[in-house]
Amino acid sequence: MKIGIPRALLYYYYIPLWRTFFEALGLEVVISRPTTKTILESGLRHTGDDVCLPVRVAFGHIIDLKDRVDVLFLPRLVSIARREYICPKFLGFPDMVRQGISGLPPLIEADLNLYRRDSLYPFFSALGRNFTSNRFAIYLACRRAQQVQARYIQLLEKGFFPEEARAALSGGTGEEQREPARGWPRVAVIGHPYNIYDPYISMNLLSRLARSGVHVCTADNLPEALVREHAARLPKHLFWSLGQRMIGAAWHYLQRPDVDGIIHVASFACGPDSLTGELISREVKRRGKPFLNLTLDEHSAEAGVVTRLEAFLDMMRRRPLLQVGGNGR
Amino acid sequence: MKVTFPHMGHMWICLSAMLEYLGVNVVVPPPTSKRTLTLGARHAPEFACLPLKLNLGNFMEAAEQGADTILMAGGCGPCRFGYYAQVEHAILEDLGYNYRLVVLEPPRKHIGELLSKIKYITGHSSWREVIKGIYFGYQKARMVDDLEKQAHFLRPREVQRGSTDRAFKRALQEVIAARHPQDLPKVREKVRRIMGAVAVKPRPVLRVGIVGEIFTLLEPFVNYDLERKLGYLGVETDRSIYLSEWINDHLFLGLVRGQRSRKEACRAAAPYLNHFVGGHGQETVGSAVIYARQGYDGVIQLLPFTCMPEIVAHSVLPGISSELGIPVLTITVDEQSGEAGLVTRLEAFVDLLARRKGVVVQ
Repeated sequence: MKIGIPRALLYYYYIPLWRTFFEALGLEVVISRPTTKTILESGLRHTGDDVCLPVRVAFGHIIDLKDRVDVLFLPRLVSIARREYICPKFLGFPDMVRQGISGLPPLIEADLNLYRRDSLYPFFSALGRNFTSNRFAIYLACRRAQQVQARYIQLLEKGFFPEEARAALSGGTGEEQREPARGWPRVAVIGHPYNIYDPYISMNLLSRLARSGVHVCTADNLPEALVREHAARLPKHLFWSLGQRMIGAAWHYLQRPDVDGIIHVASFACGPDSLTGELISREVKRRGKPFLNLTLDEHSAEAGVVTRLEAFLDMMRRRPLLQVGGNGR
Repeated sequence: MKVTFPHMGHMWICLSAMLEYLGVNVVVPPPTSKRTLTLGARHAPEFACLPLKLNLGNFMEAAEQGADTILMAGGCGPCRFGYYAQVEHAILEDLGYNYRLVVLEPPRKHIGELLSKIKYITGHSSWREVIKGIYFGYQKARMVDDLEKQAHFLRPREVQRGSTDRAFKRALQEVIAARHPQDLPKVREKVRRIMGAVAVKPRPVLRVGIVGEIFTLLEPFVNYDLERKLGYLGVETDRSIYLSEWINDHLFLGLVRGQRSRKEACRAAAPYLNHFVGGHGQETVGSAVIYARQGYDGVIQLLPFTCMPEIVAHSVLPGISSELGIPVLTITVDEQSGEAGLVTRLEAFVDLLARRKGVVVQ
């Protein structure tokens, strides 16, 4: 049986977890193709104007999958950490899909809700029961999936990006041989995973930076505990998990003298980012690090982004010269 | 200590009644205006939702009148409102305002957190007095809501245009003027007489349910007096949220009987929206279903631009519209909205409803 997983939303965080689990239960996992213009446009056609870009892209990926698979994996990601949510659109996503797309294959649904508990097992058990009545097999698959996921997280924290980490996981070895990323200036790219790691949506932001010799790091290269420690400086516990990550990482990188600048990537009209982005940029202003705010939507043109990026990099490269000369300000 | 709070429609009547009863020094911000919006939009994040911008404007205008403490509600997400107070406070601080911030919200660890905040605001009042004050405010909210409901009924039927609005304004003044819970029965009687004096004649009207995000529903400044405009077009309206219902649901946990509750709306939302999505998203969907079942002629959804829960609701409303056969109009408002555009859309919508029903309204 083929199960389809859209290459969208929290795919970039959780794909090893989902894939290992379903494969351990003997399913064939089909992932939608990387985002293209066609995928984006079919997503745009099936969603309202005011829906944000990541969700519209996710619709495109589901349409890409729906005729190629037997069942479609569409979990409701309510909460992935205690007393936190992701965003209202993640809560309503399965309902939006069911209303918006016709001719869907059977959906494999379950609520992932860690708002009040820490265990993933109830979620996996609800999923697994669609395919087998063997509880022990589900338990083993769940454990195996969490082991692989833990290794994936380790790789991310070593400085890998999701695609590289996934390749390293499936290649089995080779993770140690990777030489540490170098380059100058060092730039932290702060943005939701589905924006910065999707090359089509981010207009190759990460590889473009790497090609111009920049050493890129992201929020996902930091251990969870460190990110949370920084986010805990907020006057009130932030109830968006992705927002926690964005703020915690931004504030951490702001303190690091070896990080030369920060690029904040948000999608147009993103609700949580409108507030967390504001808090980040206010903190940046106080500390005076170079900061670029990129807003992406379906109309973003590559040339405009490239120009702004180049200007930003030029500014960072010239900064040390100005400061040595002493006539910078 | 001079306490201020953000505007949301007629909420100030209920809040200042409550606080003044408890002897708190209250600064009601000037009524929300174009200036409020301009001030707020200038300093708020671009993609923040409209209520945040207006709150900010309210606080800046209240500061001009000497307010030094903000009293606000909070929340635990996922709607952005839960983080409003903190972001607004950060912006005000950077602008050089010196505000103390008191956020009333579900406590994270212990109920004491909430109680100590209430104590801080109310000072020396005993808990008994505090509860009496809250109930006094609630009763006023209920009276205002009843007035609004009567106005919704009267407006499309009034003989002389504008008579309802004049009566409503006078009645509202009576409610505002009440200083003590003991005065309320007398005021209620007076108000009934005022509203009863509006002359009406029976004529065919359309019935439209208004659903959506609470702030845009309750604040006439942002929805351009939608209910009044519809009333003049010959439409009787009902609204999915009234302030007193919200208070009953969220503060009194539904203890007051005989009021509509959000639970019914959430139940009615299935199978279109099976999970809460923060804000009033599920209530919006459920109320639209309920209005369709009750035979309303149409539904209007109101939301501020980028409102996340309402966008989810908006995505599932077309399914309800086609399955239950009820026209739905969605209106998004932000600081760029214009009144003329809204009027045109409303007229077209009302025309459509009237033809579907085969009646001629005003």
